[in-house]
Amino acid sequence: MAKLREVCRLIRSKNAGPFELTFDIMFAEEKTYLEAKTLNYINRELFAQIYGVRLEDVKLYAYDPAISFKVTIPRLIVSGALGDSDVYGCQQFAPLANLEIPTGSIA
Amino acid sequence: MLGTGFPEESLQKGLAMRPHFIGVDAGSTDSGPTDLATGVCRYSEAAYRRDLKLLLAGAVENNIPLIIGSAGGAGGDKNVDWTKGLIEDIISQLNLSLKMAVIYSGQDKDWLKQKLAAGKIRLLENAPELTASVIDESITIVGMMGSEPIIEALNNGANVVLAGRATDTSIFASLPIMNGAHEGSAWHAAKILECGAAAVEHRPSPDCMFATIQGESFIIQAPNEALRCTPTSVAAHSLYENADPFKIIEPSGILDTTDSIYEAVNDKVVKVTGSKFEKSEKFTIKLEGTRLAGYQTIVVAGIRDPLILESLDKFLESCETSIKKRIKNTYPDLSEDDWKVHFRVYGRNGVMEKREPTPVIGHEVGLIIEATAQTQKLASSIASVARHQTLHVSVPGWFGFTSNIALPYGANDLVRGPVYEFNINAVVEPDPTDEMFKTFYFDYPKVESEVK
Repeated sequence: MAKLREVCRLIRSKNAGPFELTFDIMFAEEKTYLEAKTLNYINRELFAQIYGVRLEDVKLYAYDPAISFKVTIPRLIVSGALGDSDVYGCQQFAPLANLEIPTGSIA
Repeated sequence: MLGTGFPEESLQKGLAMRPHFIGVDAGSTDSGPTDLATGVCRYSEAAYRRDLKLLLAGAVENNIPLIIGSAGGAGGDKNVDWTKGLIEDIISQLNLSLKMAVIYSGQDKDWLKQKLAAGKIRLLENAPELTASVIDESITIVGMMGSEPIIEALNNGANVVLAGRATDTSIFASLPIMNGAHEGSAWHAAKILECGAAAVEHRPSPDCMFATIQGESFIIQAPNEALRCTPTSVAAHSLYENADPFKIIEPSGILDTTDSIYEAVNDKVVKVTGSKFEKSEKFTIKLEGTRLAGYQTIVVAGIRDPLILESLDKFLESCETSIKKRIKNTYPDLSEDDWKVHFRVYGRNGVMEKREPTPVIGHEVGLIIEATAQTQKLASSIASVARHQTLHVSVPGWFGFTSNIALPYGANDLVRGPVYEFNINAVVEPDPTDEMFKTFYFDYPKVESEVK
């Protein structure tokens, strides 16, 4: 097993407008990115579970040009509204960093 | 982003490459609703002046237009007027001659209510409900312009286009489209330019970016030779602050980068080919609105007592109970809906709140006690009650009078003033005759000219 951050050059989160939160999971190497696609361990169910959103509200894109995955979910609270804890949404990726991932053929 | 600084040398190098215009994005919704609600820019006036002065001088010297979008932090009418004032100061200081177009994006509430009643406003995903009263209670509502008003201003001879709320891309796509450039290339190049040098491999500080459109492709590079664009770094920028990496929605259509090809020209320059722009059947303008959510006073505190930390939830519950009781005693006529106290617990789930998967605490936690009410006086009064109750509520395991929170500041309560919320996430479909964006032209030195 490895951690997601060990195969990524950057994992980040940010607002996509005030009503949505978007995650970029940017792999360091094409090999591990393609493996992630094959093993399908970055999936909508994962985000529904970690972030407590409905499966149908999770949008996931595999973005080959930047060997990255993008995932977009609704914000729990609109950016900057009462009770919001992260106006830019920039620290919400944290639970992904140490996510245990299957290493498949690399192991 | 205007006001975040860029090296003057990079601008000069960029200008030496003979661009057709300079564009700069000057605002966003990213930092929350306050800039739009108040009309006050979150960047300092000094920083804005510094950047504007260099850009204005560079544009005039090279006889090319300067296009500024989402002025003053958010592009509301007040944000625009503030920026206009700064530009006018610089114009007279540098003794410049030019024509400026000022495009306002503030929207008329009655017109919006008519559009709503006519079914011409459509909610976007995750949007709050939109009714006539939501429109009425809004402080500021802006429409997000596309390239059309900017092109019109350029066609009317503006040397400086100062635009209110605009799509980030329209700032950079307008002039190329006006000159007949391939729309897919123009919009995609614009998407990469809108964040300056954010699309390079490693960007130590904000910097400039340069695009050259050549038919169905474009070349992207940073004038600062220390910065490298790579196919991956340029492609990765399509991810930034976007819900969908392949599609970017504009008022007149959609930029589709599904078939875009990113190639290295050399180790610092990238060529992008194959981006498409598909015209939409309906022309729509996105709306952004803000409302007053109340007034706030907060208290910053810390807890180190292991007995409290062992059962922190119970402690906070008993704080809430005693706060409620005390407020009921002090304000018997107040309903519980008239005020709100929220505990943020840093060191447990201050950052992620309900979404925190590991709400574990260590040897101490930071606490923000946040009081919100409909007047500042009441918010401050609630905060002082909440602070005092939290300080002295009894802790199981200790006997006698306890003092439960470390307060880092004397005069403990911090007044936050009015607080705002975004309240509209929708698009409106204007009629061809509707003028959502009003443009005024000014000639410098002095002489105010016609109104459109």
